[in-house]
Amino acid sequence: MITKRIIPCLDVKNGRVVKGVNFENLNDVSSPVELGKYYSECGADELVFYDITASSDGRKLFTDILTEVASKIFIPLTVGGGINTIDDFDRVLKCGADKVSVNSGAIKNPDLIKIAAQKYGNQCVVISVDIKRVDGEFRVFAKGGREDTGIEAIGWIKRCVENGAGEVVVNSIDTDGVKKGFDIEMLKAVCAAVNVPVIASGGAGCKEDFVELFKEIPDIDAGLAASIFHFGEVKISDLKQTLKQNNITVRI
Amino acid sequence: MIAIIDYGVGNLFSLSSSFKQIGFETVITGDAEIIKKADKLILPGVGAFGDAINKLRETGLDKVILEQAKNGKPLLGICLGMQMLFDKSYEYGEYEGLGLIEGSVVPMQNKIPKNLKIPHIGWNALIFKQESPLFKYIKNGDCVYFVHSYYAETKATSLIATTEYGKELTAAVANGNVFGCQFHPEKSGTVGLNILKAFCEME
Repeated sequence: MITKRIIPCLDVKNGRVVKGVNFENLNDVSSPVELGKYYSECGADELVFYDITASSDGRKLFTDILTEVASKIFIPLTVGGGINTIDDFDRVLKCGADKVSVNSGAIKNPDLIKIAAQKYGNQCVVISVDIKRVDGEFRVFAKGGREDTGIEAIGWIKRCVENGAGEVVVNSIDTDGVKKGFDIEMLKAVCAAVNVPVIASGGAGCKEDFVELFKEIPDIDAGLAASIFHFGEVKISDLKQTLKQNNITVRI
Repeated sequence: MIAIIDYGVGNLFSLSSSFKQIGFETVITGDAEIIKKADKLILPGVGAFGDAINKLRETGLDKVILEQAKNGKPLLGICLGMQMLFDKSYEYGEYEGLGLIEGSVVPMQNKIPKNLKIPHIGWNALIFKQESPLFKYIKNGDCVYFVHSYYAETKATSLIATTEYGKELTAAVANGNVFGCQFHPEKSGTVGLNILKAFCEME
């Protein structure tokens, strides 16, 4: 059976990974290549590189780094951050990304997903959504979770999938940073609405949160996290052993 | 030298990097003369079958590949490149493939349980069906990375590995010097690199 995926997300600013700490045997924790390699060797199933640079110089640096990552790390790479046009897709795919994650870019230009899916295939297009509960409904937020778009999230995700998004990343603003576990209720609602892989993000604080995620929602495909991996609170190799002991199919 | 056949489909950067990583030089080429001189051939592919096979025919490289394969040169088709080795595909129509491996490529839809997602994306375990030189450095049950919505139906004699996704789907095939894998070895970590290494070391 297909395995459940564990995905560390690396935020990159001016060519360096932000919010990292030191690991054993890892000299440069803020090097995207070094950290990516380390995670890959620990058993990460995929890596997400998120470009949080604002300047065009930084953007150029990001694509250079991405090229280096893709020439040294041989697991699937997803790239997000600043994807607003089809040229942005082209730019990162040429550097060796396998999938491209769109967030605000799809809100600003709803045709982006359709055009990208037709050009590169559905498997290449990931819709990433920041969601928060507002007045009893799930609401899409933009600008890194700062702005309420007024769009109802489940309907939005359905439309994105109909337009060709091949995978959905659900980031719950309500549970993000709280470290009390993933947003099971929100994720269940998304899984029930679409038939493409759904990746859970936001809220993981310990290994048991991933066990709960996969046990509670058999349809969920992957768990994504950043700081708990970067700060060494959860080691990916340990996490996978724990999942295996709990009869969750993982790649060891 | 190993030639990665370039017929204008997809990005070959990761593939060439993976060979470099295991110490084998490759050339990405659409030049028939270079392909003829190469020791081994890689046929990559992403996208839709019809587009890819048409491009291959437009460039005339289909004939070069067939000639080289029939002369005994090791050939490895990857993902859509594997699917093109077959007789036929039914992806958005009906297309003739290269006919190097008996069988046809069909949609997963209606062939696997409805609760399973299509495409089949992610890491799944290999189930060996036959011994193969391709598996020299890996073991039964090792996981590799798949991304596909169509799969090849083939004879047991060509099938060297399957993977379980609602049913056993073709994961790797072989017919003499012609090999194919549905998964992406260049995205399958150490296991994938070991498959490429085994291919590179074939006589």
